[in-house]
Amino acid sequence: MNKNIILCGVGGQGTVLASKLIAAAAMKKGLPVMSAETIGMAQRGGSVFSHIRIGEGLRSPMIARGTADVILGFEPGEAVRMLPYLKKGGQAVVSIRGIMPVTAALSGAGYKSEEMLSYLEKQVEHLLVVDTEKACRDIGSPKVLNILLLGAAAHSGALGLSDEDIKEAIKEHVPEKFHDMNLRALAYTHPDTP
Amino acid sequence: MHKEFLMGNEAIALGTIAAGVNLVSGYPGTPSSEVLETVAKRRTSDIYVEWSVNEKAAMEVAAGAAYTGARSMVTMKQVGLNVASDPLMSLEYIGVKGGMVVLAADDPGPISSQTEQDTRHFSAFSKLPCFDPSDPQEAYEMVQEAFEYSEKYETPVFLRPTTRVCHGYASITVKDEAEYKVHNFEGFTKDSGRWVIFPRLSYQNHIKIEARNQTLADDFSEYSRNRIYQACRKNVLLKKGIASGGISFTYALETLEEAGMAKLFKVSTPHPFPERLALSFLEGLTEVLCIEELDPVIERELTYICGKYHLPVKIYGKLTGHVKNAGENSRDSVQENIMQFLGLASDSPNMVSADSALSTDSMPSLPVRPPVLCAGCPHRASFCAVKAAMKGKKTIFCGDIGCYTLGNAMPLDMVDTCLCMGAGLGIAQGVGHMEPDTTCFAFVGDSTFFASAITGVINAVYNQADMTLVILDNSTTAMTGHQPHPGTGRTMMGEIVQKINIEAVLRGIGLKVVEIVNPLDYEASVECVKRVAWEPGVKAIIFKAPCIALTKPSGSLAVSPDKCINCRKCIRELGCPALVISEKQVSIDSSLCTGCSLCSQICPVNAICPPAEKDKGGVCHE
Ligand code: SF4
Ligand code: SF4
Repeated sequence: MNKNIILCGVGGQGTVLASKLIAAAAMKKGLPVMSAETIGMAQRGGSVFSHIRIGEGLRSPMIARGTADVILGFEPGEAVRMLPYLKKGGQAVVSIRGIMPVTAALSGAGYKSEEMLSYLEKQVEHLLVVDTEKACRDIGSPKVLNILLLGAAAHSGALGLSDEDIKEAIKEHVPEKFHDMNLRALAYTHPDTP
Repeated sequence: MHKEFLMGNEAIALGTIAAGVNLVSGYPGTPSSEVLETVAKRRTSDIYVEWSVNEKAAMEVAAGAAYTGARSMVTMKQVGLNVASDPLMSLEYIGVKGGMVVLAADDPGPISSQTEQDTRHFSAFSKLPCFDPSDPQEAYEMVQEAFEYSEKYETPVFLRPTTRVCHGYASITVKDEAEYKVHNFEGFTKDSGRWVIFPRLSYQNHIKIEARNQTLADDFSEYSRNRIYQACRKNVLLKKGIASGGISFTYALETLEEAGMAKLFKVSTPHPFPERLALSFLEGLTEVLCIEELDPVIERELTYICGKYHLPVKIYGKLTGHVKNAGENSRDSVQENIMQFLGLASDSPNMVSADSALSTDSMPSLPVRPPVLCAGCPHRASFCAVKAAMKGKKTIFCGDIGCYTLGNAMPLDMVDTCLCMGAGLGIAQGVGHMEPDTTCFAFVGDSTFFASAITGVINAVYNQADMTLVILDNSTTAMTGHQPHPGTGRTMMGEIVQKINIEAVLRGIGLKVVEIVNPLDYEASVECVKRVAWEPGVKAIIFKAPCIALTKPSGSLAVSPDKCINCRKCIRELGCPALVISEKQVSIDSSLCTGCSLCSQICPVNAICPPAEKDKGGVCHE
């Protein structure tokens, strides 16, 4: 199995943990993994991304344009920014909730994440928009966004990782007191979850 | 041996531990900080680790350890090397007894730095050998080899990873603890002819260093990480080759690999350059493209070798305009460069095909998202207070390096200058001497104060400057990932020690006016600035409130829509990311707001308050 996965969002949204969990789950299956992520200034509310590559024969963690199997968009506009990386027929899993940049609030111009979503709908054949707003309310924490998207991507089959794989990784890498909440987030989009 | 998923910096740290290091010192700086942090976390009991007060101190501590025969490492980012260059330049003339690795991480882009300087040049300048890893596994092994070379040649050596290697992760094979080397050392032996630098000794040692680097260049030609990858049989007659190093090498290799399209030269030791190996690479070629980041180091070396040996090979790269000369390379840019050089179309069947899902270019305009101070960051409050207090006055706000550099963004717009660590103080003084009618401010964080501002304060007092020093004390080194410093009372060895008190330091230097205020008390802060800035000479305000990323938020506030007159003063003045406009109404994003209350103190109609009070329709701000 060879997979190129891109996670993107706004600094502080939890992309780093999500990419760690994907990597851990793949490693558990004995697969080689390489990844790269934004660390530094951009983590303060700037655009951030992670590239994750799974499979044999990897040389570098960076993904070439048009070769990503999956994009996990933590924010619609950031998903659009990374879209050139998605391959034809690739899967995009995107959170419905936009984050207004300070620059947009200031200029009064506003920022319409709906525009971003409708662009994604036009461009991406396999698009999954997750109503993270409702989901976070149901689960009772805004902090589970990353696991929600991870779960949705896993259920779509595009990650090549199962719920079980990711569950294991959560148990190993997340403090115990958050297990319950995160496991609920993971299962939230599962077809069998009522 | 076992497998671990490690960040490049963590891999370097584990390699260092496996090499039997005895002491690691450093100063935080992106992208280098995780090396020392990981050594501290994973160290065996006999390793000493410290965050030093700055890179110069760190370099000297590591040198002292190496004088005793211990193995030492010092870590920093590339600009930190400028601070440490004084001891380093001399240290090369003295040499070391135990292995000493100088880890200086470069930042092509730059992604989190002021410059795109190239440590490979520093290596040639200081005459230290340089190791340049391409991925975490190689960095893990290379750092262990670097210690061996350092000891064999009795010189400190550079390990120079770049951001994508430092912060790239890979599942790699590492040693078990039982396989770690134990490095025993003899201790310092007095010998003033060896350890005391004098012009005569420097002259003699200079001769030895030049000779040694000749030997080392030959030695490096045999070093297995400098390597020629032959083109596959069907392309073997092609007279074109690629030379590369660092992360760019991995992009080049991936581009070429499947097809074995051209001969490839990996340079892992840019200095001293493996000349003999380069000669065998150049043999039979007529054109070479050099792919590297930052400066054209490999390109110049190959050009020099071609001149020296009268080789009919054209060398292309940054100097010839074939590769862009600033910013980082990407997987895609390298592929494009190579395709063009080889005269291939980018949809050649041998290439990773860029079959993007995008069909048109009708992309909506993307949100501009520069980094900003966190919601609830106390620096925002400090900047607002100074701005309000100085409204209408002729001022200059000299900034510095840290999270508070982000105070430059609109709407705060409170950083008029920023140069390097600690420079704001000197610049404020220089401006003040030339423009006595300007009220000069210098802003500096607590960690930066200890690292490089104290001499600036002494300079100001001694030379009768007129300026206000503003210390933004959030009790941590926030930008680089919250490391402790002398004011926090914690060390990297986990000890609780006496805190060095900034106010006492300032008073010790002779400042008569030093006031401490909580910036989140807006009115008191504005009053304080008005009072202090008016005083003659050098005076200081210490804005003291912890970094919000390290404190538990006190619960979010909300805008009461029936009270809000939609004047947008909060948005216009603060630029807090939690303040947003939804459906033309100002509101607060509860997932971001920390309840710092700054906006509620600025709102002219008390429309911002805790949600409970809002529901009760009670009074918001007292
Ligand atoms: S990390 Fe701390 S200092 Fe840096 S912007 Fe956030 S709150 Fe401010
Ligand atoms: S209280 Fe106001 S200024 Fe402070 S974090 Fe919340 S929205 Fe931002």
